[in-house]
Amino acid sequence: MKTVILSDFWMHKTVEKRPTRDGYGEALLELGAANPDVVVLTADLAESTRALPFGQKYPDRFMECGVAEQNMMGVAAGLALVGKIPFVSSYAVFSPGRNWDQLRVSVCYSKANVKIAGAHTGVSVGPDGATHQALEDMAITRVIPGLVVIAPCDAEETRKCTLAAAAYEGPVYFRFAREKTPIMTVKETPFEIGKANICREGSDVTLIACGPLLHAALMAAETLAAKGIEAEVINCHTLKPLDVKTIVRSIKKTHCAVTVEEHQTTGGLFGAVAEALARTYPVPIEPIGMQDTFGESGDPDALLVKYGMTTKDVVRQAIKLIKRK
Amino acid sequence: MKKTIKQMELTANLIREDIIKMLVRAGSGHSAGPLGMADVFTAVYFGGVADVNPKRRRDPNRDRVVLSNAHICPVLYATLARRGYFPLAELKTLRQMGTRLQGHSNNHFDIGIETSGGPLGQGISQAVGMALAARINARRITHNVKPGRASSFKLQASKFHTWCLMSDGELDEGQTWEAFMLAGKNDLRELTVILDRNNIQIDGRTEDVMPLEDLAAKFKAFNWFVIEVDGHNIRQVLDAMKQAKARAANPTVILCHTIPGKGVDFMENKFEWHGKPPTRDEARIALHELRTLGGKIKSEHE
Repeated sequence: MKTVILSDFWMHKTVEKRPTRDGYGEALLELGAANPDVVVLTADLAESTRALPFGQKYPDRFMECGVAEQNMMGVAAGLALVGKIPFVSSYAVFSPGRNWDQLRVSVCYSKANVKIAGAHTGVSVGPDGATHQALEDMAITRVIPGLVVIAPCDAEETRKCTLAAAAYEGPVYFRFAREKTPIMTVKETPFEIGKANICREGSDVTLIACGPLLHAALMAAETLAAKGIEAEVINCHTLKPLDVKTIVRSIKKTHCAVTVEEHQTTGGLFGAVAEALARTYPVPIEPIGMQDTFGESGDPDALLVKYGMTTKDVVRQAIKLIKRK
Repeated sequence: MKKTIKQMELTANLIREDIIKMLVRAGSGHSAGPLGMADVFTAVYFGGVADVNPKRRRDPNRDRVVLSNAHICPVLYATLARRGYFPLAELKTLRQMGTRLQGHSNNHFDIGIETSGGPLGQGISQAVGMALAARINARRITHNVKPGRASSFKLQASKFHTWCLMSDGELDEGQTWEAFMLAGKNDLRELTVILDRNNIQIDGRTEDVMPLEDLAAKFKAFNWFVIEVDGHNIRQVLDAMKQAKARAANPTVILCHTIPGKGVDFMENKFEWHGKPPTRDEARIALHELRTLGGKIKSEHE
């Protein structure tokens, strides 16, 4: 087992920060140039989902659907059934939130090769409040047969994830955050759908994270190391198909795990890991994430503190967990 | 394979008999809608206007036929079988374990079905997507052949036309109007909706459950071209399809006024027959009636 390359600066205060959605916008431009079958749809959220530059450069392959997410998902399915590779761009609360039935039947049951990009996930969406903070999107997508679910950790990984989604034959859902978050990975960091990355090795506890909160997990591992606890950190960017092999190999060393996600702790990463380990190698697991509650308006960082999704929370949970082993 | 109008009327009648036999065997399914649309389906698959052919079922340039109100799939299955997409004998497997003829039609098998449907309102969006894809393809062809004349792309004929069959009750779904708006915005002449205006839905008459009139005016307001026909007059349906396919602007909707349960006296215009199959005894009466009707068509022809 080898750890993957990370940025030299990921734990520095001066680490570069960018919103993960920026990586989506960049990848769409790359895809637009490389593949004439790539088309992009949005529902009146072109700028904020970063679909706009593609739309300006490739207007013939850009579909502004208006505030109509259900139709947008179905139109994407139709485009895919004729051989296009559509990227559906909206906020995750609307897509796949509002158009879940269309995702289930028009896309997944119809075997349509559609890519769904869900922006504005997690409480860190901030001031817009609970209605616009997607915290259930991974749960509702993970249960649909044949749908891949990915939560990339930073802008660079989102770029790679978008390119990988285009190359993958079949429906893919991936989510981004709104705020600027630390860039942890570099160009050379590998990204493969369904292949979790070991970011740090350790033998006392496994921290399994997805999305920008991977940073909190990595920082927690540093703090734990200072206390003599060696944490292994896994970037589990793909929730489905879950890389059970990598997770179990780590658990066999550490015998316990903390999952870290900006999502409800039911049905998301914690759910996926718990389901997998219950069937293969049951050990104590504790979640970091939303505890069956809605978010609220506020400063993104303050919200992460209030709802217990910071480095400190990961450290506390890990220490508590090790005692249960 | 092109048939005369009279031959098509006979085929439609055989399709009605197939529908009754399938439903009674399956013991569940919808009766009124499939019977009411038998003439329209015959026109679509045998009339020579829609470019569909079982021998070219995987041709990327085939016309796309999308059934949005997929609960009337018995009529689709019977028509596809009669057209040679799969053996007629398979019709008796409707709704049974392991069948390719699922309770609501899907595109998992190579039998000429383009999409999976069931939840109402979804097929029309898929059809809009297909028509938009046809337009993108047409543009690309123009760009490739005459790179200096990109502005002429609108004159380039798209390679295929998309026909979406849907129902009036389905229009209660907000999604359908989202789709109509997008098609209207894009002047999507690559798309034609063939709408079954049979005035019934599960809970009653459409105008009681959720009024739709003035339906033609609604479509016109959405930038659609509207043609109204008698959905049991195959010549009228085909003429409307030809007109729709030839248009240089606007998506077209063909409002087909049909009689739900058409051809079986005790089912005609009864919303109670929307969602149930006939019993064995009822099927015997229905088949007798349809066979007598078939005989009449033949004698007129001779």
